Amino acid sequence: MIKPIAFLLLVFMVLTPVPAKAQQLYQELGGREGISQLVESLILEIATDDRIIHYFADADIDRFHEMLTLHICEVTGGPCTYTGAPMPEVHRGMAISASEFNALVEDLIAAMEAEKIPVGTQNKLLAILAAMRDDVIRL
Amino acid sequence: MTRFSVVGVLLASIAVVAVPAQAGKGRLLATGGATTVEGAGGGGITPWATLSSYAEAGEWGATVAYSEAGVDDFGLQVQGVSFTYSNRIEVSYARQEFGLDTIGGELEQDIWGAKVRLAGDLVYGDMPQISIGLQHKRNQSFALPQAVGARSDSGTDYYLSAAKLWLNGPFARTWLANATVRATRANQIGLLGFGGDQGDSHELMVEAAVAMFVNRHWAIGAEYRQKPDNLSFASEHDWHDLFVAWFPNKTIGVVGAYTNLKSIAGLPDQKGWYLSLQASF
Ligand code: HEM
Repeated sequence: MIKPIAFLLLVFMVLTPVPAKAQQLYQELGGREGISQLVESLILEIATDDRIIHYFADADIDRFHEMLTLHICEVTGGPCTYTGAPMPEVHRGMAISASEFNALVEDLIAAMEAEKIPVGTQNKLLAILAAMRDDVIRL
Repeated sequence: MTRFSVVGVLLASIAVVAVPAQAGKGRLLATGGATTVEGAGGGGITPWATLSSYAEAGEWGATVAYSEAGVDDFGLQVQGVSFTYSNRIEVSYARQEFGLDTIGGELEQDIWGAKVRLAGDLVYGDMPQISIGLQHKRNQSFALPQAVGARSDSGTDYYLSAAKLWLNGPFARTWLANATVRATRANQIGLLGFGGDQGDSHELMVEAAVAMFVNRHWAIGAEYRQKPDNLSFASEHDWHDLFVAWFPNKTIGVVGAYTNLKSIAGLPDQKGWYLSLQASF
């Protein structure tokens, strides 16, 4: 009985996330330029995604591109200040479902693949964005 | 096979008729896990708190699986089918055929399973996903188990599982861990019946699994399963395996494993391979 429990404790200790160094992820993503390019790729993915494209029918895509770039720049430790509205405010009334959130995650993964971003860097960004899910869905 | 097909078609019809929701695959790749040898969603030898298929809230999904294990003196074949609704409830059926290659003969077992997610989400939030489940097992070849001292030809396992996924774990890889506590009186998961001269009541057993996703499609991992020891005719051992899993897309899942089942029915050193294929709809 002791052996498996000790084993599990070890596993949970090893898996407790270590905070990434400031700016490191921003740089891995290629800085402001790289993030802007990534968001452009993401918009192209969303544009062909029937599961969520309807949300963006009336959106100002240039603003979305600029604001999402700023937002990702800021949360990855870059030298930017996000000037848009807070996440719950932006997505309130949209009633985005858990499935639709995952659809966007999949589009982002596809965009990161298209931009040849390594899996480790992808995971760091995904972990940061995943933590915001409650501020985005079912509002 | 015919019996299996009949049950499958039946379950499928129930799911289609009774559930006024869309088939859907709203969950992320690989989050349905694989299909265990007992039919529940999980790893290979232990059920996980995850539910099979890719059904998210308001969606239903179905999974069919075929698995084979070959160790020195035995061969196991499992056909399984499961349905998940709303990432909340999973219902499963598995038929096991266990060939006694050296001794001669075959053991057969049917397993009906249900699992309910109580709380948490595998991927999102700090809390692990927690599920409870049961597996009602009916041994269909009780003559041999009875001859070696098993008390009954059917039994029910109850389990509690917790699973957590870290998108950005060590080495900037995605990791998954699952712990399961099971109350059981099954001998060799029920293939040798239930209860025996050394014990006939439910005992708590610990099971664990860890996996690391090398990338989105490939994972490697290990599993452990503690087992009771109710029959004096041959001592029963815990199981271990090391696995590689491949999820090319949300339809197909393939698991290959190296297993060490130690001694079974007195025959020592049962090492070998395990292969499982599943399709989710
Ligand atoms: C963690 C995930 C998400 C983040 C970080 C995020 C971030 C943002 C940001 C920064 C903006 C711009 C806000 C502004 O213009 O002031 C925005 C707008 C928007 N988001 Fe999200 N979002 C996320 C998930 C989603 C999902 C899952 C959907 C839909 C499926 C969605 C739909 C939209 C739409 C439609 C707009 C445009 C609103 C408009 O301009 O009318 N977002 N999001």
